[in-house]
Amino acid sequence: MELMHYLTLSAILFSIGFFGILTRRNAIAILMSLELMFNAVNINLVAFNRFINPGEYVGQIFAIFVVVVAAAEATVGLAIIILIYRNWRSIDADRVNLLKW
Amino acid sequence: MIEQIVFYLFAFVIVASALAVVTMRNIFHCALFLILCLFTVAGIYVLLSAEFLAVVQVLLYVGAVAILMIFAIMLTSKLAGREIQMSNEQTFIGTFLSLIMVFGLVVSFSRTIFRLSDEVPPSESTLAIGRLLMTDYVLPFEMISVLLLAALIGAIVLARREGN
Repeated sequence: MELMHYLTLSAILFSIGFFGILTRRNAIAILMSLELMFNAVNINLVAFNRFINPGEYVGQIFAIFVVVVAAAEATVGLAIIILIYRNWRSIDADRVNLLKW
Repeated sequence: MIEQIVFYLFAFVIVASALAVVTMRNIFHCALFLILCLFTVAGIYVLLSAEFLAVVQVLLYVGAVAILMIFAIMLTSKLAGREIQMSNEQTFIGTFLSLIMVFGLVVSFSRTIFRLSDEVPPSESTLAIGRLLMTDYVLPFEMISVLLLAALIGAIVLARREGN
């Protein structure tokens, strides 16, 4: 398998996540699409690590950091969503527009 | 040969389940397809000989993030009720922009010349990653621990009820 296959796969996955972020209403669904984009980035990092510099593990270590930051982001994001639901009785991203000018 | 078949199988499952995540109407089904997608991405990591990262993926994403998502869905949505509208009116322009993005990414990838290496990856990667995390990358490692602690405290402070 060559690098190009993995890069194409990650480009497709990233665009699917982008589509989800643009078109979803439910805030949790938007977070899920964000996770898809994180995974696309990680596939890219690991593929470059494997095909360009397999002796060093820089790409894999970066991917581990991305996974951990994504976990922190999901934790805080879901806490915020639950708080919004408690106050608004809705997590519809089109209706919760308090910060929108 | 077998590697190619496995890669195309994984790629098909990833793309199909990711499409299900962004298009299904029931948010709970979306979460289940997200778990399938994350599992298959772990399989891709194994194909790329990053076994430690595959284990981290299964532990952290499937074990923690996806379960957290399911908890949040159960706390906020009425699963048995009528299906709320899931997508907004930007479906057309969203499809258009995503297609432009995937096209642009693939074109720019295929036009770039990468300096590929013929080196075979070492079979034992976990030991080397652990050693690197404790030597060269110890500062980012500690910072990410502080970040996790901050996220933990922040989530507790945000989600607890006022008054008690």
